[in-house]
Amino acid sequence: MSPSALVGLAVALPLAGAGLVLALGKWPNLREAATLATGIALFASVVSLLGPVRAGLRPTLTLMEVVPGLSLGFQAEPLGLLFALVASFLWVVTSLYSIGYMRGHHEEHQTRFYTFFAISIASAMGVAFSANLFTLFAFYEALTLCTFPLVTHHGTEKARRAGRIYLGILLTTSVAFQLLAIIWTWQLAGTLDFRPGGILAGTASKGVLSVLLVLFVFGVGKAAVMPFHRWLPAAMVAPTPVSALLHAVAVVKAGVFTILKVAVYVFGLDLMGTLAATPWMAWVAATTIILASLVAFTKDNLKARLAYSTISQLSYIVLGAMLANRWGIIGGGMHIAMHAFGKITLFFGAGAVLVAAHETEISRMHGLGRTMPITFGAFFIGALSIVGVPPAGGAWSKWFLGLGTLEAGQIWLLAVLMLSSLLTLVYLLEVPARAFFGMPPEGEVRPEGIHEAPWPSVLALVITAVVTLVLFVHPGPVFDLVSLVVPR
Amino acid sequence: MSPHLPVLQVVVPLLAAPVAALVRRPRLSWLVAFLAALWAFGSAVTLLHHVLSVGPISYHIGDWAPPWGIEYRVDQVNAFVLVIVSGIAAVVLPYARASVEWEIENERIPLFYTALILCMTGLLGITVTGDVFNVFVFLEISSLSAYALIAMGQDRRALTAAYQYLIMGSVGATFIVIGIGLMYVMTGTLNMADLAQRLPAMEANRTIPVAFAFLTVGISLKLALFPLHLWLPNAYAYAPSTVTAFIASTATKVAVYMLLRFIFTVFGVAFSFDVMNLDRILTPLALAAIVFMSLSAIYQPNVKRLLAYSSVAQIGYMVLGISLASVLGVAAGILHLFNHALIKGALFMAMGCVMYRVGSVRIEAMAGLGRTMPFTMAAFVVGGLSLIGVPLTVGFISKLYLVRAALEQGMWPVAVLVLVGSLLAVIYVWKVVEVAYFRQPIGDGSIREAPLSLLIPTWVLVLANIWFGIDAKLTAGVAIRAAQALLGVGS
Repeated sequence: MSPSALVGLAVALPLAGAGLVLALGKWPNLREAATLATGIALFASVVSLLGPVRAGLRPTLTLMEVVPGLSLGFQAEPLGLLFALVASFLWVVTSLYSIGYMRGHHEEHQTRFYTFFAISIASAMGVAFSANLFTLFAFYEALTLCTFPLVTHHGTEKARRAGRIYLGILLTTSVAFQLLAIIWTWQLAGTLDFRPGGILAGTASKGVLSVLLVLFVFGVGKAAVMPFHRWLPAAMVAPTPVSALLHAVAVVKAGVFTILKVAVYVFGLDLMGTLAATPWMAWVAATTIILASLVAFTKDNLKARLAYSTISQLSYIVLGAMLANRWGIIGGGMHIAMHAFGKITLFFGAGAVLVAAHETEISRMHGLGRTMPITFGAFFIGALSIVGVPPAGGAWSKWFLGLGTLEAGQIWLLAVLMLSSLLTLVYLLEVPARAFFGMPPEGEVRPEGIHEAPWPSVLALVITAVVTLVLFVHPGPVFDLVSLVVPR
Repeated sequence: MSPHLPVLQVVVPLLAAPVAALVRRPRLSWLVAFLAALWAFGSAVTLLHHVLSVGPISYHIGDWAPPWGIEYRVDQVNAFVLVIVSGIAAVVLPYARASVEWEIENERIPLFYTALILCMTGLLGITVTGDVFNVFVFLEISSLSAYALIAMGQDRRALTAAYQYLIMGSVGATFIVIGIGLMYVMTGTLNMADLAQRLPAMEANRTIPVAFAFLTVGISLKLALFPLHLWLPNAYAYAPSTVTAFIASTATKVAVYMLLRFIFTVFGVAFSFDVMNLDRILTPLALAAIVFMSLSAIYQPNVKRLLAYSSVAQIGYMVLGISLASVLGVAAGILHLFNHALIKGALFMAMGCVMYRVGSVRIEAMAGLGRTMPFTMAAFVVGGLSLIGVPLTVGFISKLYLVRAALEQGMWPVAVLVLVGSLLAVIYVWKVVEVAYFRQPIGDGSIREAPLSLLIPTWVLVLANIWFGIDAKLTAGVAIRAAQALLGVGS
């Protein structure tokens, strides 16, 4: 199959999978098999794009011209391919995990759940492979809308309120800022195509372009840059697989991915470096990194703490883009993969604890590590990766981000990264520490019979934890792919 | 193509109207109406095709050459509007059969269809004619039949709504005829092209600005420009479902077309905008419509009324585009004319389905419909997304052009307000969606999905929302050419 057909297939496969899941709704085992099979087929087709893209090809598929000068089209380039690889691989793993979780936790409306999950992945693929800002925006909005039924899955008043915050913030930022910025870009540059070196250079004054940059950074609400971050903690009412794949990987990474793409292919790093707004936005990201870490300290609910940790980590990538140099982009791009594997392990752990021990609060997890050693062992590895220390993959992305701050001459931003790692170390490692070494308060006895979560869930979190370790030893493939984005 | 098509466009439906009344059998009169609408649609498409490929058509009624005789003139602008009006009629009529049988007593049904075809005839006539007095005649035909149609609503409040519309509509029509009379007194002609030639020489005369003022205010009443919109919410809310779907997608659109014709073709862009400074009044009013009417929509407990307020806001978008007086702006206005007809047609038809099964369109009545009437509510959701302006729907294309037109003139606050309007639309659409999908169904669980005869036409419009949102080359291309023709710039 030709590479450009494969790009289209990457978007079409999960959509077809959604139809299949819907049709097989009455037979849960077949339905889950359909999800897994679609996921594996999707991953395979994304992997087969790796060769052509590394050989310098940019397979392109233009579906149609919507209005003159504006088309719906896909293109595989290194950054998008990395995002697609991560998302499609983790979809398979998450599907495995979901089987254990959704059944173990006796969730309702599972067919609807798997259907919208597959549509969300299709939208994420659309974002990853979009050939221009218009296509990206279309799939970005689709991703918001088709994750809404997943966020409000339980249908309770709490879920409904969370859904309102979710939709409210994501749509407001995207329509009021991002769409304005996109149409403005179209007006200035006459095109919305992603081109190496950018399309905006020399089209308007530095002041106007600075405003445009600010609109883009805040307009991509999915990147959760403060003060537009509240939707992410709100989305945690969703079932854990949603929080794990969508709100640690697909949705949030679609956001930071958009910012990286805009930086590299719309503005271009040379132009970015000359804008007055760029260092300011770097500091906005740095502030988000620190503030979100501090808020994470105050959260006793494990998923809420992980959500704030995600907000903090996403801004690492935004910061990387705003450094406007090669190392910043490489560090940010690698962090898309590194953070994904680390954070999804943590969420899988949180979900496993919920299913097996029915606990959600960190302060009540004392001693659980002794009954669920695999879960908390994996959690420990995931936490190390988020902190950014060996032997986990996260160490590499933080290393390159650090290099980026030095190259930009922003020694204080390096200090921010260091401080944040320290904060992350404390608030994340508290969880396994309590689980392994914590003692229950006087007089409290934990019910008997707590053991590891159902095996598909445990298998899933072992896989992601192992990959996290492998990424430390073999970061080469990820590095090579990302460095194609910013050739020397 | 028959050379008489421009006049047959109007004459055939005009003759079908008494036939529908005379056959006296509900089903048969429906069939007459449906055939008339289909014929009108076919002829409008033929005319549009001819205009786009060959050029404007000038037809002289009875072979009396203008300016003495009446001229029917079809160009890119009105051929497009003809397609909108007759297309909506052709989709609404299959829908009407079941809906009307349920809402209206049997013996009145033939008269209902007579009024509906007359209304369509009037709207087509306003659009196709090149003679200003003819515009007034057809305006009265469409308005009088619309009053009758609205008064046939089940709710007794339909009577006051129709009366309110009658008063406001008559004031508007009177203003229009005064404006036309003043122009006739000054120039001695009623032909649009002739007027356009003679008026510039008389601009200094105070009568012309007065005529201009009467005409714009009169037309603004008809198109429900904020704050002259007070008749509209009640009329839309209490009219029969079919009537709301038809009138909401066509009547105000044709009034917007009248505005375009008078300010650009008859008076000319230079007089309207440079001498009379029309933009200084239209732009603020349009923006006020977008913001205040969207806000009002949020607080409506009746979904048809909610959509009616949203319509007034959407008319604001069209007028805003026109008030920018640039090719891109006018094109955005014309594009939204088409797109909004699709959006509101779909939404009001979905509400008609709800009315048919539930008997109410209050928000509380929507509880649980996401489960009991999944296809109807899915149609509402897609229509709502299009109203909001989500990419790959027609609403997005409209916003795209409008925002671009505003940015082109450096009016970024206007661009921001347009987008704020979208966000307000999110709130009022989602209010309905939440009730439909998150509340438990009320009643004994006897509510079923609407019949196919209602669902299929509804979904035709819903799919058109997506189709023309993904492939907008035709609509955007026609709108741009129409705008170029109106502004008299090279094409």
